[in-house]
Amino acid sequence: MGLLRTRRSVLPGFGLTLGFTVIYLSLLILIPLAGLFVKSASLTGAEFLAAVGSPRALAAYRLSFGASFAAAATNAGFGLLVAWVLVRYRFPGRGVVDALVDLPFALPTAVAGITLTTLLAKNGWLGRYLEPLGISVAYTPLGITVALVFIGLPFVVRTVQPVLQDLEPELEEAAASLGANRFETFRRVLFPTLWPALVTGFALAFARSLGEYGSVVFISGNMPMKTEIAPLLIVTQLEQYEYGAATAIAAVLLVLSFVLLLGINAFQRYGTRRLAGAGTSS
Amino acid sequence: MTSAPAQPDWTLAPATPPRATSAITDPPWVRVLLIGVALAFLGLFLVLPLVTVFAQAFSKGIGVYVDAITDPMALAAMRLTLLVAAVSVPINAVFGIAAAWAIAKFEFRGKSLLIALIDLPFAVSPVVSGLIFVLLFGAQGLVGPWLIEHGVRIIFAVPGILLATTFITFPFVARELIPLMQEQGTDEEEAAVSLGASGFQVFRRVTLPNVSLGLLYGIVLLNARAMGEFGAVSVVSGHIRGQTNTMPLHVEILYNEYQGAAAFAVASLLALLAVVTLIVKRGLEWRMGRASRAI
Repeated sequence: MGLLRTRRSVLPGFGLTLGFTVIYLSLLILIPLAGLFVKSASLTGAEFLAAVGSPRALAAYRLSFGASFAAAATNAGFGLLVAWVLVRYRFPGRGVVDALVDLPFALPTAVAGITLTTLLAKNGWLGRYLEPLGISVAYTPLGITVALVFIGLPFVVRTVQPVLQDLEPELEEAAASLGANRFETFRRVLFPTLWPALVTGFALAFARSLGEYGSVVFISGNMPMKTEIAPLLIVTQLEQYEYGAATAIAAVLLVLSFVLLLGINAFQRYGTRRLAGAGTSS
Repeated sequence: MTSAPAQPDWTLAPATPPRATSAITDPPWVRVLLIGVALAFLGLFLVLPLVTVFAQAFSKGIGVYVDAITDPMALAAMRLTLLVAAVSVPINAVFGIAAAWAIAKFEFRGKSLLIALIDLPFAVSPVVSGLIFVLLFGAQGLVGPWLIEHGVRIIFAVPGILLATTFITFPFVARELIPLMQEQGTDEEEAAVSLGASGFQVFRRVTLPNVSLGLLYGIVLLNARAMGEFGAVSVVSGHIRGQTNTMPLHVEILYNEYQGAAAFAVASLLALLAVVTLIVKRGLEWRMGRASRAI
């Protein structure tokens, strides 16, 4: 451990705490994750491609991507609106509404899943009004998207909210004194400051949606090729003892999630640098 | 800026010129419209589902509700869920404290890599989190056959549920404590050491009081996730009634058997846990004087 340290410190416990951290991390997280890639590597190239390139798997990836994208985009719009309303306006019950935004984090996904399905089924409180209009939500890709909107909402609100809170009113006053109207101020002054947070929130919601299972599995109907998302296909393959196929599909999903996470981190570093740079140059 | 006004007359201008006011605050009709749309959206997506859980739970009367939550299988599921939390919460809290101590109080090579690796479980789909333990310990897994030969069952048994949940909830306390302890620096701890305090005394008397609210915050979120986890647990559990069913899995089984009211009765307990979690979370945020944050 001494070799690792780059600066002396009088505090004790470095070896003990770092040692425990690294051993626990390796045993619980890294080795089990590595097992997934070891298992994938034991498949031949043809087997791997047959699993991840089958029409059913491609349809599942397409659905997962499409529904996650639509849900994250919806959340980018409504999340920005909710964050704006919570930060800028005062109205009765604002504190309760603000706390409630985190409900999708706290509510177990299975509870969200059965509740949304019950609401949106043909005879549900919402479904009965949508059905006569020709809109079926439960057991369709639209239903999957609704569940993912529920799951992803807090990500956008909670990434945009602090940026909006820290905005200096001087910026808007300056824009106003230069003759900009409210809409111009939003488009040319506020939005350029907000969009990095908005993109980060969108990406976080998207990444979470790609892997989501509990809230979607009840409302999706689980029809192969039609309403079967990628995580569900993994479970189905596993239940049929198709360990190879399940592993291959999971490996693709895992790599996609890692790439997304790395991208988000890089983007956030870029955003911080950009803001810091703007600060020093002005 | 096409409509730039003429040179403003600074001497005569009021403190807040009308134009400036109209540009930093929105007109009333815009305010009312935006608040209305936002509240309608949140009402539809958050409030209505929460109300539905309780309405459905009591839809067949209080008798069905009480029967559902006192059913022996439901009680067994509650016991297992409490056991899962009792294992994964302390172990991940201890890990979080150790990781935060090493990362926040010392400089060493590979620190940013370590921080990134700690966040890893949040990027993994719950289903994949369950799958990796099936691949290791399942009947066709890497070490599963050897373990089963020696009478140790992990998959489709309680140890698998504990492992998967501990994996899923791994980062909660660490990612809460690392920034908090970094912010507080090492001055106070160094002073305590120079006065002759032992390492454990420094931690208990100096560091812990400084981060106790943050620690509690992490534990509350960790507990909510541990009790509510569905995907990962569903893959490793095997759904054996009375033995490997946690509360969320019990809800699923009841729902799939068309016992809607009973399913929502058990679900209402989980919803209650979520509401309590939100209240405690908000209370802690208020005490720490900071805004709400995404997990």
